[in-house]
Amino acid sequence: MTGRPELPGELRSAAAHERAGTAPGEPFEIGYGQARIPALPGETFGAALTAAGVRSWRRTRFGGRPRGLFCGIGACFDCLLPVNGGPPVRACLTEAAPGDTAAPPEAPLPRPAAPPPADDPGPPRGYDVAVVGAGPAGLAAALAAADRGQRVVLVDAGARPGGQYHRQPPRPFGARRPEALQPDGTARAAEAALTAHPLVTLHSGESVWAAEPAADGFTLHLTGGGAVRVRAVVVATGAHDLALPFPGWDLPGVFTAGGAQALVKGQLTLPGRRVVVAGTGPLLLPVAATLAEAGATVLGVFDANHPARWLRRLPAALGHAGRLREAAHYLRILRRHRIPVRYRRAVVAAHGGSGVEAVTLARLAPDWTPLPGARHRRRLAADAVAVGFGFVAGVELPLALGCATVPDPAGLPVVVTDHSGRTSVAGVYAAGEVTGVGGARLAAVEGELAGRAVAADLAATGPAPATGADARLRRRRARLRRFAAALAEVYPVRPGWRGWLDGDTLVCRCEEVPLSRIRHAVEDLAATEPRAVKLTTRAGMGMCQGRICGPALATLLAAGSGAGPGVDATPLAGRPIVAPVPLGTVAAAARPPDPGRGDHGLDSPAR
Amino acid sequence: MALLKRPRSGPSGTTTTPPRGADVVVVGAGIVGAACADELSAAGLSTVVVERAGVGTGTTGAGEGNILVSDKEPGPELALALLSNALWRRIGEEVAGSPGAGIALEAKGGIVVATGDAELAALHRFADRQRAAGVVAEPLDPARARELEPYLTPDLAGAVHYPQDMQVQPVLAAATLLHRARARGARLVTGAEVVGLARDRDGRIAAVRTTAGDVATRYVVNAAGLGAPAVAALAGAHLPVQPRRGFILVTEPLPPMVHAKVYDADYVSNVASDDSGLRTSTVVEATDGGTILIGASRERVGLDPGFRVDVLARLAQQAIRLFPALAGVRAIRAYRGFRPYLPDHLPVIGAEPAVPGLLHAAGHEGAGIGLAPATGRLIRQLVTGEEPALDPAPFRPDRPALRPSGVPA
Repeated sequence: MTGRPELPGELRSAAAHERAGTAPGEPFEIGYGQARIPALPGETFGAALTAAGVRSWRRTRFGGRPRGLFCGIGACFDCLLPVNGGPPVRACLTEAAPGDTAAPPEAPLPRPAAPPPADDPGPPRGYDVAVVGAGPAGLAAALAAADRGQRVVLVDAGARPGGQYHRQPPRPFGARRPEALQPDGTARAAEAALTAHPLVTLHSGESVWAAEPAADGFTLHLTGGGAVRVRAVVVATGAHDLALPFPGWDLPGVFTAGGAQALVKGQLTLPGRRVVVAGTGPLLLPVAATLAEAGATVLGVFDANHPARWLRRLPAALGHAGRLREAAHYLRILRRHRIPVRYRRAVVAAHGGSGVEAVTLARLAPDWTPLPGARHRRRLAADAVAVGFGFVAGVELPLALGCATVPDPAGLPVVVTDHSGRTSVAGVYAAGEVTGVGGARLAAVEGELAGRAVAADLAATGPAPATGADARLRRRRARLRRFAAALAEVYPVRPGWRGWLDGDTLVCRCEEVPLSRIRHAVEDLAATEPRAVKLTTRAGMGMCQGRICGPALATLLAAGSGAGPGVDATPLAGRPIVAPVPLGTVAAAARPPDPGRGDHGLDSPAR
Repeated sequence: MALLKRPRSGPSGTTTTPPRGADVVVVGAGIVGAACADELSAAGLSTVVVERAGVGTGTTGAGEGNILVSDKEPGPELALALLSNALWRRIGEEVAGSPGAGIALEAKGGIVVATGDAELAALHRFADRQRAAGVVAEPLDPARARELEPYLTPDLAGAVHYPQDMQVQPVLAAATLLHRARARGARLVTGAEVVGLARDRDGRIAAVRTTAGDVATRYVVNAAGLGAPAVAALAGAHLPVQPRRGFILVTEPLPPMVHAKVYDADYVSNVASDDSGLRTSTVVEATDGGTILIGASRERVGLDPGFRVDVLARLAQQAIRLFPALAGVRAIRAYRGFRPYLPDHLPVIGAEPAVPGLLHAAGHEGAGIGLAPATGRLIRQLVTGEEPALDPAPFRPDRPALRPSGVPA
């Protein structure tokens, strides 16, 4: 062991700190109501509270339900926490600082107060290309475009580039071997390359809240205030976990698989001591391995699908030795930790008061309907659950830009591109998971292709000649896409999950809309159309704007209307405000009225 | 696994195919069509509602649910609004008891805020005229206004309180009115478009042709909102309903912060210069979900689906001017709608003279929720031949302003 000071709190993973070779700064304290809670420099409020054994720091406004971390990556807004008397922040993303005070759920909600006037952001800054998202696709696109002479602004919601796959520990952790917790050293290398690149400007911790066409390009408005004016946009906004509802899925301690992974890889903190990993898909193995290596007791990996399907898809997997080796590597880790991997099983309920205390596992029929009878059910004491059923592409920005989408194999919208990432809108490119879930390797290839294409398109007056390198990248992309398609076939979402729900199960977590209310809207109020259901029940209208419940809601409605699977969830995903943004920032985004575009005065509310 | 059944069919249900015949076919399941179906079915008429999309998915679903008298100057629209106000209160009481059928009707009142002395004087003159027409309008000094709305800017000259103003959840209201109508035997057919209006030898309406089948009927109520001109055209009639785009900003859910509907009376001094009467600019109001709605812009840009950040910015600026604390509150959504308006800014409610049996109930612009019950009442009275509750003449489809050569917009 090193001479590192003792880490406060049981859930801070000594093993992960050891492996990454961290040298964290001196712990400090933050206030949490009357309590004092230790935090490490660089830690988020979510990690500090979790490490201190606080799983829930919010009560919902209708049902008073406890809530804490869930998606872990800023998509779900369940972990909102009032800090320093200001508006609630996402605890999963917000770094704590000495002297900060967070409000526990019993504290009265802070009264909104006018913030000090923001600095004038000034006129939009001009660049050639905006790359939105700094995961594998965005990093590759930014570097490829900048290497070809384009001035690039890279906008990323994370504190450090890397995205979900290459999530890096916070800088103040002083990790000497961050790649020990990473698939590889890509993120660190890319971060160094970006920082050194004279043509790249990095905006970390910021999102695009609105995008609009402008003369010869686009204006992107940023949540940090101000805007950038660019000639082209590369959308690399990635994806978040596909979550499916089940009774108790909103109890603190239930995480998305990616959320549990993010807490360990990004904060070196465990979501719980005894963890169940469930859902379906290739992500479950690395999540379980990460948790186990970081010191959690993983009670099992429970995949609702069955690997027998693999055999049928073997030809597509051949030629992907790397991926197979990776899977074997994770399975070896699970074996070493004696973690059982079981198929056709699911967590069909989570139990507990203020947080998860146990789960019910059920055996499933091939269509995921729970097998009847108590002998097919098992209760397992656990304090955390990591569930993931695949991924939902972050299509908010491309939809706001007007890009065409198609339903992916799960029926969820993904952006349509050509083989170089060009979308249906001239000047808008997309790469990575937002164009279809395919993993980090495919995302990096697509990012590089998009970065090359945008540079060629902006530089050339005619079509750019394809180089040998382009052709090689395209062949690689095609091969990886075939593999992704095979994976999607192996890990489908089967309709029987709907049998896990009862009438009281919340479908929409934000607005606390149970299945029974959706039934009432459909069956009694004849709200058969997704938008009508949304408007009558408020499902999908909360803070996350349907990012979490949208896919499940669309599937439920497809079943109700008698339509087949693969309902188009696009109407639930389109939103002109792409990310929550203070009204003060919206107010500062005015530009002088543009004559000749119709009258656009403000008028009577009833006019 | 049928967790969600299709809507119940039978007497209280919807159908995917319409019945063969009905006394009246209502085209459109927005708030106006729903109110018409409610009134017609209450009069004992067999009613079929044909909707091309879903319940309340047009302009109804894009509004705030305003039931206002405060913004209307004395005249026919105010008369319609006052009747509607009374009818909404009754509907609210009637549906309050039925489980899950609430329409979130809130008689929260409206407060029109003037920030300058000239605006305040104009607002008081406007309120005096409204009072003479039956509107309850109570002047508030700044201190009293801030007692009612503690977050209101201290920088105000005065205000007027309109206790009759209300709010409703518009789609829930439309769905609930239709639910009531269906309980009386009305049928709702969604996802079916009207493709033809068959007429008999005398030129009278004989049947409605829809993509889901034909319905024999003697009366058609065209409550198709922005689709009303197309429905009218099926019978060769002209209806100059045009879209007027509007945006609304929605905030994150908050602890109670705004209690009434609060409007900015900044444009009150423009009354004389514009035909639309009082042009209050911004409305800020809380919903029962805890969010705050900030509306509303207006643009005549056709059906352009785009969003304009500068228009959203102006909404935000004006809301912050009324409530400075809103600057730190996050907007989580903006939505867009197209108000169906007519050149003289009055709805059309009445019989199409050229096509016996065809009635229009459309063009309510941004006031459709507020004016719907009275519209339904008038339509019912015109169909049954009862004495109209108010003079329907200003809303006639053949009024000069609506003729092809009429007053330009």
